[in-house]
Amino acid sequence: MAEKILMKGNEALGEAAVIAGCRHYFGYPITPQSELIEYMAKRLPQVGGVFLQGESEVASINMVYGAAGAGARVMTSSSSPGFSLKQEGVSYIAGAELPCVLVNVQRGGPGLGSIQPGQADYFQATKGGGHGDYHNIVLAPNSVQETVDTTILAFDLADQYRNPVVILTDGAIGQMMEPVEMREPVASNVEKPWATTGLKGRTETNVVNSLFLQPDVCEKHNQHLQAKYALITKNEVRYEAIHLEDAELVLVAYGITSRIALSAMEKARKEGLKVGLLRPITLWPFPYQPLEEAAAKANAFLTIEMSAGQMVEDVRLAVGKDKPVHFYGRTGGMIPGTEEIYNQIVTIAKGGK
Amino acid sequence: MAEKVFARPASLKDVPTHYCPGCHHGIIHRLVAEVIDELGVQDKTIGVAPVGCSVLCYDYFNVDMQEAAHGRAPAVATGIKRVHPDTVVFTYQGDGDLASIGAAEIVHAAARGEKITTVFVNNAIYGMTGGQMAPTSLVGQITTTSPYGRKEESCGKPIRMSEMLSTLDGAKFIARVAVNNPANMAKAKAAIKKAFEINIKGEGFAMVEVLSICPTNWGMSPVESVTWLEKNMLPYFPLGTFKTEEVAK
Repeated sequence: MAEKILMKGNEALGEAAVIAGCRHYFGYPITPQSELIEYMAKRLPQVGGVFLQGESEVASINMVYGAAGAGARVMTSSSSPGFSLKQEGVSYIAGAELPCVLVNVQRGGPGLGSIQPGQADYFQATKGGGHGDYHNIVLAPNSVQETVDTTILAFDLADQYRNPVVILTDGAIGQMMEPVEMREPVASNVEKPWATTGLKGRTETNVVNSLFLQPDVCEKHNQHLQAKYALITKNEVRYEAIHLEDAELVLVAYGITSRIALSAMEKARKEGLKVGLLRPITLWPFPYQPLEEAAAKANAFLTIEMSAGQMVEDVRLAVGKDKPVHFYGRTGGMIPGTEEIYNQIVTIAKGGK
Repeated sequence: MAEKVFARPASLKDVPTHYCPGCHHGIIHRLVAEVIDELGVQDKTIGVAPVGCSVLCYDYFNVDMQEAAHGRAPAVATGIKRVHPDTVVFTYQGDGDLASIGAAEIVHAAARGEKITTVFVNNAIYGMTGGQMAPTSLVGQITTTSPYGRKEESCGKPIRMSEMLSTLDGAKFIARVAVNNPANMAKAKAAIKKAFEINIKGEGFAMVEVLSICPTNWGMSPVESVTWLEKNMLPYFPLGTFKTEEVAK
């Protein structure tokens, strides 16, 4: 195993993609993900890969469509406003079932918003984002090391399910430096007999497509997609649970916010408050069942996000009406502090709110 | 046994097409397929279909195909070509797709000298959606979204894509042809062949604009449509080669 090196989240993500066998990257500059596109520009030519700066996010995601359809391990990255521009292409990619990895280093919104960290693209990432019934697999790492591990996993999941995988980080995870241990290069030898390669002796043409003019055929295609999503939901839920065994109050947070929530939890436990943390790692599929189980024991939940309240809707779906689900959020690029969350915990523990 | 002198090109599937009677897509498909056959590259050709009347051309060309979002075919083709540089990648696009919603994609693919071939079918109207105004509709042309005729003061004049793209260094061959008579069909095929040859040699971007008719949405018979094309389109969209490697030198 390699020694630990100090890396920025965005750059570590880029190196992890290379380790995962990604040799094609198409993207467009936007803050706060620019270190990633710059890393790929420098790194891919060193390993015989292709880096291309598209003329727009729209073009870049369609280059990803073409490359994924041609059978390559391919990635693009952007940040919130740019990720919105990609949504048309993501819908086509989901419809045509093309494996690829899409990174959104979230910033404050809406519109141009701010360039500071945000988590307000949760709805867009987990509920589809573009038109039609589809889901991306959504992974939300909370450290630079987990960014690396998640990126390698993302390429495998994309190929395994022929599905786009979104790595949803934020300006904090992307920009901060932490020690990481890189893994050995992964051999990506997934067979893609459906890819457009030129016939090369085949008699049946391969067609990458999301158009089904006959409504009954289009419905069958949708049913096939939904069956795949059900399988992913069954197999791929990932989360971290801390002190749920005796927690009376369960914090729910992902990404950088979960790190702050963890600090607040530790401070509260020192004060004798029985607080736990459930951290979704897959935002889709969402860990509904672990939360449902936690609701059987805990008294209350507190969801913390850098949004006006998006993931909290899924937490409420899981917990139901019997236990209160509180929410604390900061928006626009503001990051909640440990004290703020601790104060929320104390207020709830005292029966307030 | 009699000698076989005419056959369906191997690069065209033996299936009925959905095109309207008189539409030129059938002719243009055949010319493209004949060129792919003659150059012996069916086995390593990948096509990109547009959104528009020719959206279903992935069912007609007997080569691997990808269906692109509206206007994005040059970006999709770029992705394919960068993964398989040894293949022959072409896009087949209409005027709404290429000259309107996909204007950025075609300009930048040409500017990069992307080693792809584009077959651009210009019939001065949106066909599939039912006859709306295109960026190539002529001034005065009546369409469903220019019911009083295209007005220059509000819509400008039609875009001449071939002339515009020929100013870019990455574009190595740009020609405008028509398939309104047998002589022009032969010239059209020669231009398409040249565009594919440049692609195979890896010299850069090549595009052939093919002026075409749309009897259904122009509201004319096929014969009247050909006359309309000759009287109205040919004067504004002159046929010819706007860029070849000879000129580029």
